Amino acid sequence: MSPRRRSVAAAAQQGPAPVFAAPVFAALGDETRLALVRRLSDGSRCSISQLTTGSMMSRQAITKHLRVLEKAEIARAVRSGRESLYELDPAPIEEVRHYLDLVSEQWDQSLSRLKSFIESEA
Amino acid sequence: MPESADRIEKRIELKAPVSRVWSALTDYRQFGEWFRVKIEAPFVPGQIARGQITHPGYEHVTWQVVIQAMEPERLFSFTWHPYAIDPQTDYSKETPTLVEFRLEATATGALLVLTESGFDKVPAARRLEAFRMNDGGWTQQMKNIEAYVAQAS
Repeated sequence: MSPRRRSVAAAAQQGPAPVFAAPVFAALGDETRLALVRRLSDGSRCSISQLTTGSMMSRQAITKHLRVLEKAEIARAVRSGRESLYELDPAPIEEVRHYLDLVSEQWDQSLSRLKSFIESEA
Repeated sequence: MPESADRIEKRIELKAPVSRVWSALTDYRQFGEWFRVKIEAPFVPGQIARGQITHPGYEHVTWQVVIQAMEPERLFSFTWHPYAIDPQTDYSKETPTLVEFRLEATATGALLVLTESGFDKVPAARRLEAFRMNDGGWTQQMKNIEAYVAQAS
C-alpha cells in the first residue's frame, strides 16, 4: 500500500496536498491523462486502441500517457491474449478494508481486556 | 466474524453473570479500567462522556462519546468517532458511528455481542472508498483533483 496514494484522496478533500502527493498530482495534472482516468473510472478495461479512438491523439502518445499513470500506480496493464488492457488499480479498495481491519482489531484488544477484567475477579 | 463493509460485529462469551458484565460496561470507572480511559463522570443517556486515554502511547488523546441507550442488562450503546486519534483533526463535524453492546444470559455466563455500524458515513473510510471504481467514486475524485490542479497551476 503506498502512502502516496492514500494522500491523493485525503488531499483532494482536505485542501492542501502534502508534499508526497506531488507525483500523483503531477501524473493527473494533464488533460489527456485525466480523460484517460475518467474513461476507466467505471471499472472497465480498455486496450490502447480503444483509448486512442476518439482521443485525437496518436497511439504512441496515448501509450506514453498510460505509462505515466502506470508509474504513479493509478492505472495498470493486464495481459489479455496478445494485447494489454488498461484498468484503474484496485489497491484503494483494499485500503478501505485496511481501515476497518484497524478498527476491528482495536475492538478485539478491548474485548479481550474486558474479558480478563471480568473473569479475573471471578 | 461476520463483517460487511459498513459494520463490525464481535461475539464474546464471558464466564460471569450478565449483571457483572453490565456493571463492567456501564460503570464509568470499570469501563475505564478495561477500555483504558480515565472518564470524568458517570454515563447518562443523551449526554457526552469524556475522558483521557490511558493506553500507552495514546495519553494525549481525548476520548469522547455520546451515551445513547442504557437498558439494564440488555443494551448499552454510544456514538463516537472511531479511531479518532489524530489531535490535529476535528472529528466533530463527521457523522459518528454507533457502538452497541448487547447482553444475553447463557448456561455458562453471558454472551456479549458488540456491533459498530455506520462506516459508510465516516470520512476516513469514505475518503478511501471514494476511489472505488464501481460506484462513480472516481468521478467525484476527478472533480476534486481537477479543481486542485486548476488552482495549483
